[in-house]
Amino acid sequence: MAMTIHVDVVSSEKSIFSGLVEFVVLPGEAGELGILPGHVPLLTRIKAGAVRLKLPDNKEELIFVAGGLLEVQPGLVTVLADTAIRGDDLDEAKAQEAKQLAMEAMANRASNVDYAKAEAELAEAVGQLSAIERLRKRGH
Amino acid sequence: MPGSKEIRTKIKSVQNTRKITKAMEMVAASKMRKAQERMRAARPYSEKIRRLAANLSHALVTEYRHPFLTKNASMNRVGLIVITSDKGLCGGLNTNILRMSLNTMRDWEKQGATEIRVTAVGNKGLGFMQRLGANVISSITQLGDTPHMEKLVGPVKVMIDAFQNGELDAVYIAYTRFINTMKQEPVIESLLPLSGERLGAPEHNWDYVYEPDAQVVIDELLLRYVEALIYQGLAENMASEQSARMVAMKAATDNAGTVIKELQLVYNKTRQAAITKEISEIVGGAAAIAG
Repeated sequence: MAMTIHVDVVSSEKSIFSGLVEFVVLPGEAGELGILPGHVPLLTRIKAGAVRLKLPDNKEELIFVAGGLLEVQPGLVTVLADTAIRGDDLDEAKAQEAKQLAMEAMANRASNVDYAKAEAELAEAVGQLSAIERLRKRGH
Repeated sequence: MPGSKEIRTKIKSVQNTRKITKAMEMVAASKMRKAQERMRAARPYSEKIRRLAANLSHALVTEYRHPFLTKNASMNRVGLIVITSDKGLCGGLNTNILRMSLNTMRDWEKQGATEIRVTAVGNKGLGFMQRLGANVISSITQLGDTPHMEKLVGPVKVMIDAFQNGELDAVYIAYTRFINTMKQEPVIESLLPLSGERLGAPEHNWDYVYEPDAQVVIDELLLRYVEALIYQGLAENMASEQSARMVAMKAATDNAGTVIKELQLVYNKTRQAAITKEISEIVGGAAAIAG
């Protein structure tokens, strides 16, 4: 039997692949990377592209990733895949959008932190909840 | 029969309400299962990235001091990421987390915090912070039932950037932790600077080859780690939301049932009283004629 290496491909939303493979090909930042069992410990970024896994039964599995990080330990390869294409510009645009949204929402805000008012509001809500709770208990 | 029509209408209306709450309960129950699965599905990633960051912590301390790991002496400028739900009707979920946030913010101010910046995730939190007049620097609403990292990146980046540029001394995250279907707990956790205990002890100390260089890779890794923590918080919050809604709607359905029972009783009583009255009138009338 050929030598194998354990590969985990996970994204922040789910685990995509976990199992033994003979050979992995990944789109590394500096170029295509081929990883065989016994590779030196490596930590690098990967670009958007396909991760090709050669399984022990001669089958191949293709996983598309939008970029991420690759960690190679002796006997273990971990691909931390991004769920969306990332980039400084893209992230910045999203950040601006989120800022804009907050700014619009804040346009008609009160000038100072009015703790008393907020407290009263919350106390009222809590009061209502406990009243409901009590009512419910009383009514069986 | 005076009033019996009103009671009938009332019973009908409560029955309709019960139908709605019952439907919402069942929808929430099915969404809760999915939300729990998603919460679990997100764990391998955060666990892997945590372990990786822990393995690097040695290198992090000696070779390159990352701003995420540098403790600030003062705690005067604080950031808070508040995660709430978009929709209501989920019991005390949002109220509890917002009250906790409010108290914490006030404590910070008492301790001399000069600036508090807020990132609001979810409609309820945004609305509350807006009315409160807090300094909301970024927000995201309409997240739907599935948490997507893609949507979180932007609002979170505003906060992380502020920390990285030295505009904030610490960043906290407030969300509702999912314990089980019946129990959810509002928590406020410290997010940045990253604490060593949160990372845990390194398991190995590999001498990694970094490509292109250590700094770039570590920056990216720590950013992903912080994002994963926030994502995990959001996923937990969503599971909490659905189970809180399920419980609240179950209670509402039960309450409606009780109300209907009571109204039915009142209705029957008035009906009976009316019949009794009619019979006694007839009997009285007959007796008067016979007599």
